[in-house]
Amino acid sequence: MQPVTEQPQLLEIRGLTKSFPGVQALDHVNFTLHAGEIHGLLGENGAGKSTLIKVLTGVFRRDGGTIRLEGQDVAARDPADALSLGIGTVYQEVNLLPNLSVAENLFIGRQPHRFGLVRTGEMRRRASELLAGYGLDIDVANPLSSYSVAIQQIVAIARAVDLSAKVLILDEPTASLDAQEVETLFGILRRLKSRGIGIVFVTHFLDQVYAVCDRITVLRNGRLVGSRPIAELPRIELVSMMLGRELAAEALHRNQRPAVTGEPLVAFRNYGKSRLIEPFDLALRPGEVVGLAGLLGSGRTETAKLVFGIERADGGQAFVDGRPVRLATPRDAARLRFGFTPEDRKTEGIVAELSIRENIVLALQAQRGWLHKIPRAKQDEIASRFIKLLDIRTPDAEKPIGLLSGGNQQKALLARWLATEPRFLILDEPTRGIDVGAHAEIIRLIERLCEDGLALLVISSELEEIASYSDRVVVLRDRRHVRELSGDEVSADTIMTTIASHS
Amino acid sequence: MIRRHLPVLITLAVFIVGYLICLAQFPSFASTRVIGNLLTDNAFLGIVAVGMTFVILSGGIDLSVGSVIAFTGVFLAVAIERYGLNPYLAFLLVLGLAAMFGAGMGLLIHAFQIPAFIVTLAGMFLARGLCFVLTTDSIPINAPAYGQITDIAFALPGGGRLTFIAIVMLVTFAAGIVLAHFTRFGANVYALGGNRTSAELMGVPVGKTTIRIYMLSSLLAALAGIVFSFYTSAGYSLAATGVELDTIAAVVIGGTLLTGGYGTIIGTLIGVLIQGLIQTYITFEGTLSSWWTKIAIGALLFAFIVLQRGLSAASVRSRST
Repeated sequence: MQPVTEQPQLLEIRGLTKSFPGVQALDHVNFTLHAGEIHGLLGENGAGKSTLIKVLTGVFRRDGGTIRLEGQDVAARDPADALSLGIGTVYQEVNLLPNLSVAENLFIGRQPHRFGLVRTGEMRRRASELLAGYGLDIDVANPLSSYSVAIQQIVAIARAVDLSAKVLILDEPTASLDAQEVETLFGILRRLKSRGIGIVFVTHFLDQVYAVCDRITVLRNGRLVGSRPIAELPRIELVSMMLGRELAAEALHRNQRPAVTGEPLVAFRNYGKSRLIEPFDLALRPGEVVGLAGLLGSGRTETAKLVFGIERADGGQAFVDGRPVRLATPRDAARLRFGFTPEDRKTEGIVAELSIRENIVLALQAQRGWLHKIPRAKQDEIASRFIKLLDIRTPDAEKPIGLLSGGNQQKALLARWLATEPRFLILDEPTRGIDVGAHAEIIRLIERLCEDGLALLVISSELEEIASYSDRVVVLRDRRHVRELSGDEVSADTIMTTIASHS
Repeated sequence: MIRRHLPVLITLAVFIVGYLICLAQFPSFASTRVIGNLLTDNAFLGIVAVGMTFVILSGGIDLSVGSVIAFTGVFLAVAIERYGLNPYLAFLLVLGLAAMFGAGMGLLIHAFQIPAFIVTLAGMFLARGLCFVLTTDSIPINAPAYGQITDIAFALPGGGRLTFIAIVMLVTFAAGIVLAHFTRFGANVYALGGNRTSAELMGVPVGKTTIRIYMLSSLLAALAGIVFSFYTSAGYSLAATGVELDTIAAVVIGGTLLTGGYGTIIGTLIGVLIQGLIQTYITFEGTLSSWWTKIAIGALLFAFIVLQRGLSAASVRSRST
């Protein structure tokens, strides 16, 4: 077999540019896909992967640049148009119709018919044949929703390819599949590749990239970082391309603090949930900061959600003060005096229309029950105390929180949980989207909190930052806790090499 | 296989149990006379329910059908009695008008992305208002054609009659079944109800299908209006108030999910018959107020909606394990 780069160019993107108000989502990005190639498209959140795909499939209009398919300039009007041009896309959440039969999903709009009537028998026979080519032997008359996500995804791929796709885009297809299903999917991808189809594979899982891709392209902040054959690209280099930092010659030393000792405040033993996160052990002592580091999709947020009871573990046991506890809902967690500030504070955290005061007392009020209203004077007292303590910049506590800057919103969210006097606090990306000054303040705040005896679990994509305040760092990869770093091991470089190392 | 047809099987079981209860109390329920009347009395409801099934399957709702039925009756009465129009020509005219009316609503719903609830609510007021513009009186229709048509009936063994309007209803259901389950249009209707966005991504002609669905619903409402005018031999502006709600109830009791995407036409037929059965039972019983029909329908509706929630929750659970 000839090397893929000698295959004809299938898709050529030159200088693709797209901006949204205030954001340059794509900045002169080049991308080349050859026939019979599996091309990994990688990048962290906001790198521009989805924008690239959406421009390619006609969801967004491009601002500039050219897209050529087999040498012809193309501009898809919408996804259906892109499909007719030969660009098929399969999304993580399968975009098919769950209520229709598998056969109808495969053939909708082009059902075999005679005298205006659909030949259902013929359609089912052809659907079975088509899926047999993918090693799938299922009853195609059943509704799609009666099958697993993995099968639905194969049906989606079969449909896209059968509609004469030359380019197949897979947007995080493996995010909700188990290991065996991923293997099946990869078998199918390799077979499609040998038929000369060009495949764009978006994923966060490095092992999968190395298992199946021929070449990778990395984007960061809307710019092209590089495009390389996978065989010539060591893992550590790939990770540094994604995270945008070189290995520093000398490791940054964190603030030296004596190791925290004593009995763990909270502990999780063999805690996990299938398809979400592999079982893990985790223990935090009072006054200890544990960081969770890893690439996007590695299982950081999933860990946090499990620990706070948002997702229910299907195995393992949680302990507080050495005693086993029930932790099935966020209410349980709140009762145990856990706190959680989510990653997406706009949708999951703040109530934008309510005032700062109302937002701050929200968790405390919920804890007391709505029948025992916190007296207004007490509310004012709490609000003004935290506004002062955390230095929330606002003229008064009655301003709607939506009008504050990101950093101040984040502080108010912190205040909400601090008002409940938690013993264990989980912060998911506490410094995302806030300016540098507020950044430093939040970090100082984290350090001050643990001096007060709070146990903190912090998730962050900023390796330097996480290394600077964590006593220990748990590194995650492919939804597994792969290594726990402590003492002098805690440095941005060790974290990065651990992320990049083979499992 | 069983699971897929569970809602309609439950509807069928309810009908059979109901029928057996009626039979146990009033043996004459077995006579073809009662069965013939059951079909005749519910013919107009059945016809309009076929259209409503398509609308609800696509994830929409059509509140205008009751008004369209009344408008049809008034239009026919005025056209035939006041202006001496040929009844058959009047039928064609009113069917054409209704089709345009429905297509217009479908166009508004699609083009401006307005909820069907609002558009058809406006349609409901509009059609009802037009009735009063034509006339505020109840006008009897005495055209000879009406007598001829209502006289058409097949004698059933045992003294019952399968009337023309009952046949129209059964034919409408047969056509509805073919349209829903054996044509591309039918598949597109289900696709819209399953997930509009996905359907659009998969190349389903969303606009065309939406317009046709509401056109079909109004067309069948007008047909039901014609049948209703045979039944009552009159046109009256206040006729068929609340029929849209009876129709929706029949469709839901027939196993169609109000959120769209799941359901069958045959289920709707059974749903209509269940309503008819309750009505007939109360007539036989004699002492109960006819409002008990509404109470029974209300209770059934609750039961079915809870059942549907339970079933869809169960199917989600069975898939995730």
